Amino acid sequence: MFGPLNVKPGTSRNNKTGSWRTELRPKFLQKDCIACKMCALTCPEDCIEGAQKNTFYCDYEFCKGCGLCAFICPKADITMIEEELKE
Amino acid sequence: MNRQLFAPGHTACVGCGQSLGARLVIEASGPNTIVANNTGCLEVFSTKYPESSWGVPWIHSLFENAAAVASGIEAALIYLGKKDTVNVIAQGGDGGTADIGLQALSGMFERGQDILYVCYDNEAYMNTGIQRSGLTPFDANTTTSPAGSASSGNIRPKKPMPEIANAHGIPYVATASVGFPQDLQRKVKKAVSIKGPKYIQIHVPCPLGWRHEPVQTAQVAKTAVEAGLYPLVEYENTRLIAVRKIKPSPVEEYLKLQGRFKHLLNNPEEIKKIQEIANHNIEKYNLRVTSSEKNLSTEC
Repeated sequence: MFGPLNVKPGTSRNNKTGSWRTELRPKFLQKDCIACKMCALTCPEDCIEGAQKNTFYCDYEFCKGCGLCAFICPKADITMIEEELKE
Repeated sequence: MNRQLFAPGHTACVGCGQSLGARLVIEASGPNTIVANNTGCLEVFSTKYPESSWGVPWIHSLFENAAAVASGIEAALIYLGKKDTVNVIAQGGDGGTADIGLQALSGMFERGQDILYVCYDNEAYMNTGIQRSGLTPFDANTTTSPAGSASSGNIRPKKPMPEIANAHGIPYVATASVGFPQDLQRKVKKAVSIKGPKYIQIHVPCPLGWRHEPVQTAQVAKTAVEAGLYPLVEYENTRLIAVRKIKPSPVEEYLKLQGRFKHLLNNPEEIKKIQEIANHNIEKYNLRVTSSEKNLSTEC
């Protein structure tokens, strides 16, 4: 391959990295949330969205299950649950 | 917030501090940004051909020349009369900044070009398999500075990159950490608002190379700052204008979290040497919080 290789912006979305999760996934309880946005700010994948209190959620298609959101949440409103468990 | 300038789906490791840092930087800088990237983890995981995570114009050329490529971009923008509306960022890992890319970086500083250089400091060449770099800290165990009976890891201290950048007399130099994301974004926003060459060095934990659990990324970054081993400082026109004040915790708190320092835990003499490095930083930058400053301790 020679010359410049050009690709379209944001095309990494074709990679569904959610399949990397093996053990745990975050569960957003949406009960005590104060909308501090620390979870969205510390997510290495940028897959957490939300604006108001108790509206934050995570896109499981991309979440790799690192658990940083659950660690950083000051209200412990995010917990890590076993991958097999239903909500 | 400028969401989705760094799209998900990149192939960074679980809990990667560098992907977090890169996203925080580009969100703070905004959509009117052109990025030149050194070779390194960031380049590899964010642009797996034929895909790209970047929502801004992004270019990679060689390992050492992001600063030179960005210089060309800046010159072209001036020619087109568009420099005032576009930020130019050159970025790279610690090896591409402190070892391989130092001459291009120094040239960029010396020419006084209006570029923000961001160094993601994960303290070794992680992309090629954890070889030591100029920014690897003292006594860290890497594949080219292995700990064993004859040595206790990297024998040299960390290269003082912020001081080297500062010696060029550039208008803004800062260190930041992904453990303090708001502080990091504030520094990037401030840097892009200043005209001239700027340098920001960001401490980004690497779960693979530092051998800690992915969930500990934020904790490791924070304890490094709180132990005094990674002082968060800000220079404007070579004058120290702000530091993040800390209540210093013992360096063991930081070392015991990571596998790369595991060999030190039964070796009080080596820990003492690292504590001396931390004490030196605390004294040099006056990091210790005093009673009258307690209320200000959250500011940088």
